[in-house]
Amino acid sequence: MYQTNYHRASSVQEAVEMMSNVPEGKYLAGGMTLIPTMKQRLAAPSDLVDLRHITEMRGIMVDGRSVRIGAATTHEEVATSVEIRAVCPALCGLASHIGDPHVRHMGTIGGSIANNDPAADYPAAVLALDATIVTDRREITADDFFTGLFETALEDGEIITAIRFDAPATAAYQKFANPASRYAMTGVFVARRDNGEVRLAVTGAGSNGVFRHRGLEAALAANWSPDAVANVTVDASDLLSDLHASAAYRANLVRVMAKRAVAAA
Amino acid sequence: MGVEGIGARVARKEDKRFLTGKGRYTDDMTVPGMKYAVFVRSPHAHARITGLEKTAAAAMPGVIDVLDGQQLLADGIGNLICGWMIHSRDGSPMKMGAWRPLANKTVRYVGDAVAIVVADSVAAARDAAEAVVVDYEPLPVVTDPVKALEAGQPQIHPEAPGNLIFDWELGDAAAADQAIAGAAHVTEMKIFNNRLSPNPMEPRSTLGIYDPGDDHYTCYTTSQNPHLARLVMSAFYNVAPENKLRVVAPDVGGGFGSKIYIYPEEIVCLWASKRTGVPVKWTSDRTEAFLTDAHGRDHVSTVKMAFDGNSRITALKVDTIANLGAYMSLFSSAVPTYLYATLLSGQYDIPAIHANVRTVYTNTAPVDAYRGAGRPEATYLLERTMETAARELGISPAELRRINFIRSFPHQTPVIMNYDAGDYDASLNAAMAAADWDGFAARKAEAEQRGMKRGIGMSCYIEACGIAPSAAVGSLGAGVGLWESAEVRVNAVGTIEVMTGSHSHGQGHETTFAQLVADRLGVPIDSVNIVHGDTDKVQMGMGTYGSRSGAVGMSAIVKALDKVEAKAKKIAAHLMEADENDVVVENGELKVAGTDRSVPWSQVALAAYTAHNLPAGMEPGLKEGAFYDPANFTFPAGCYICEVEVDPETGQTKIVQFVAADDFGNIINPMIVEGQVHGGLAQGIGQALLEGVHYDPESGQLLTASYMDYAMPRADDLPSFNVSTSNTPCPNNPLGIKGCGEAGAIGSPPALINAITDAIGHNTLTMPATPQKVWAVANAAN
Ligand SMILES: Cc1cc2nc3c(=O)[nH]c(=O)nc-3n(C[C@H](O)[C@H](O)[C@H](O)COP(=O)(O)OP(=O)(O)OC[C@H]3O[C@@H](n4cnc5c(N)ncnc54)[C@H](O)[C@@H]3O)c2cc1C
Repeated sequence: MYQTNYHRASSVQEAVEMMSNVPEGKYLAGGMTLIPTMKQRLAAPSDLVDLRHITEMRGIMVDGRSVRIGAATTHEEVATSVEIRAVCPALCGLASHIGDPHVRHMGTIGGSIANNDPAADYPAAVLALDATIVTDRREITADDFFTGLFETALEDGEIITAIRFDAPATAAYQKFANPASRYAMTGVFVARRDNGEVRLAVTGAGSNGVFRHRGLEAALAANWSPDAVANVTVDASDLLSDLHASAAYRANLVRVMAKRAVAAA
Repeated sequence: MGVEGIGARVARKEDKRFLTGKGRYTDDMTVPGMKYAVFVRSPHAHARITGLEKTAAAAMPGVIDVLDGQQLLADGIGNLICGWMIHSRDGSPMKMGAWRPLANKTVRYVGDAVAIVVADSVAAARDAAEAVVVDYEPLPVVTDPVKALEAGQPQIHPEAPGNLIFDWELGDAAAADQAIAGAAHVTEMKIFNNRLSPNPMEPRSTLGIYDPGDDHYTCYTTSQNPHLARLVMSAFYNVAPENKLRVVAPDVGGGFGSKIYIYPEEIVCLWASKRTGVPVKWTSDRTEAFLTDAHGRDHVSTVKMAFDGNSRITALKVDTIANLGAYMSLFSSAVPTYLYATLLSGQYDIPAIHANVRTVYTNTAPVDAYRGAGRPEATYLLERTMETAARELGISPAELRRINFIRSFPHQTPVIMNYDAGDYDASLNAAMAAADWDGFAARKAEAEQRGMKRGIGMSCYIEACGIAPSAAVGSLGAGVGLWESAEVRVNAVGTIEVMTGSHSHGQGHETTFAQLVADRLGVPIDSVNIVHGDTDKVQMGMGTYGSRSGAVGMSAIVKALDKVEAKAKKIAAHLMEADENDVVVENGELKVAGTDRSVPWSQVALAAYTAHNLPAGMEPGLKEGAFYDPANFTFPAGCYICEVEVDPETGQTKIVQFVAADDFGNIINPMIVEGQVHGGLAQGIGQALLEGVHYDPESGQLLTASYMDYAMPRADDLPSFNVSTSNTPCPNNPLGIKGCGEAGAIGSPPALINAITDAIGHNTLTMPATPQKVWAVANAAN
């Protein structure tokens, strides 16, 4: 790790100010992605502004079916939230399978979404739940937020403060883990609204990061059943190919995970 | 057997230290004035060094010095060597390319060391290492061993034309060919044995200390054999003469073979300590470990197995290409030859065997012994072929094995080995009963209902351990003898220290060796200390690998104990005015048999050291040493059965049961033996299902350089193992021990792959059987 300066912010406003006063700063949340990257000398921020002690960014609020999760909320807090489980258990299940206990007690939903790792789990949920990303300066829809591999719509210095969504009628997440990293080699989050609308997002597979699969959404909107998936083609040409999984294999996994998600929902 | 003696499940003495964080590993060692080293490593797989600029780096804050390969050469430090001479079938010696501890002209794999930076802190050293400017002229790269032998490929060492190190054979080619020509059936296969990274929990580390006052060096290092390290560094690398070099391997957190070898870092840190005048410590990070720890396996083979009309094997013919990487590591030449082809008879009576092995250089990390070393490769090849043959011949895999089992001992195979004892039916029967083999069809049908494909597979392995009779290995090319030494020091108060040349790095010697002493002398285990790992304390030793510490290391202790006991009996007889032939050792006392006369052990010890009243002419003291040279290898064997369920939609394999029935000879501590089997199985299952080193074939970059891409087995990848033993004592050593350290890793991969190929009904599958591969093969089979 290169030398860096540490700052602890106690409010969102203070964090933004701190960031504007340093040359090459980075926000620090759980540090589960950022710190290893720094240790490998792949990132060299001049300053770290720690967001974990900002009370307004922590905590879970459920009001009826509307859910608000502070960006600094840990995966463990989401996984074990009784309030979220009552309205959207799929999200608790997703959070409970991120990394290991150490990672879940440190890593945060805001950090995961800001990082937008193409194999991360949360982006699939955020996109399929049609969530709103609340920042220090605006609100961004999930459809507009994820813009590419490790790329988001966030501006320089912009902080995610919370994630908001209305719980769907039913939802499920199915993850096929990479045997080495246990990140998603392909993960599918599916959500169905009372009006029959279906959103289905795929992580771990897209060569441009998390994406919605319109073909699967349409098929499931027409016929909400695992069998509906069978006749949908998943185009492998847009999918990642690497040591662990070819695009063709990932295309298969998208279909299988989608089918299983619908069955589990 | 007493509660602490041979055969007891004594809790490990060393675990208190390990489990409470009180272990002392090399990286824990701190000495006054100590500084930290970081190596500058090649980012290229193959390149010529055309320049090295280090002035700016050396001037950075906290930097003491930056030393390079030219300086190392100028100071006369020698090349790293391979210590086992193999001759090609044309009689020519193996073609060993020069391996400089710091490359000065050419780098040959990503991670090859070119310079060392010594600084006040690791961070300062790393900063400076990044500032060292090395000019490289990249050369073409080859990583695939088969391709490396083709015409027109990059030439890696001038000493080895066409990258061929040796072209060696064992056995009778004409006899094998003739039997194959006249066979009723021939099974042919192409077998890949995947390259593995050893991944000990503790990364390699070394601390070099030069003392100018005495012109003396001390090397703390993560070694499985500190004496061998001293011998090689003194005799070949010109670091220092043996009397001026102390090597200490303190607590070592796992080795699996990778810490047998002497690596460049040990040599360079010692040299750098003299050059800079400060003690120099280096500890590998995980990425360096992936890049530079010697890898294992990496064979490509073709095999022909011939059968007569009664399904009896008449011949085996094997052609293997073994990748040794960019340089020949210390035992690299022995692994694919005498530790591999000599085991190709397996548990079977095979009249004719011929093996041809070609070893090649590639632009990859050096390859050497890794848990099992050659024997897993032989077992995998043989047991995959047996399974395939059973399928082709339409008989059950168990039946085919039974038809061919060796049943009379000693048995001379056509490939050097003389098996001394075994009962292969016993372990096969035990494993099949434990696995409820006969109930498999019903379980398969039930799984089918759930949409899962269930398969079962077996593997009957044999290995040669206790490495090995010195004269025999010497005649085969070994540069060292493979005996072991021990010294038993009885203190004046009767407590005992045992100095052993074996080295424990997870095996539990401090417990099992003490159990032996407690058993022999009837003294409490806590009064016995096992001392190992320091060339100043133990005179000489050959270290721990090849499951040899029980069979060879403990046999040396037995010999030393015999001498101690003989002298103690003489003293006791003198004290009790009895005949020494009537004295027996029992429960910590020396007794006159059949009487109530006795003296406690402690009193005999005290008498030996006060020397007031010893038999006439006897020297004072009670301390004896012994060297034990084994008469033969030992031959642990067993049968493993694996049952899996494959999800046809994803290719995911779940191991639903794993049975291991082993014959390890006599057992000192069943709990420790079970632990060794569990660990070995985890590694074997890791190889079969998850692990694999991958290099980019064009650039030679290591693609699996972290746990993000290199899949290690985790607890939830593994079932609860069903392990048992049915033992035939080894007739060739005093304790009847065969060894158990490697069996799990040797026997398990073919059982697992046989089970998966059974499940998916398709035989072409390579390790690791990742979900993607299994899915692709299963779907191609439709
Ligand atoms: C061993 C291991 C296993 C893992 N397995 C998984 C897995 O299976 N699935 C998975 O999805 N993830 C996995 N992760 C990643 C983990 O979920 C991380 O916690 C997460 O990706 C990043 O969250 P963080 O809070 O740690 O963020 P940090 O590492 O602190 O930050 C990550 C990035 O986001 C920025 N950032 C953080 N918070 C904010 C904010 N509120 N507003 C704006 N920018 C912000 C930071 O500046 C930084 O660039 C794993 C990590 C590890 C170490």
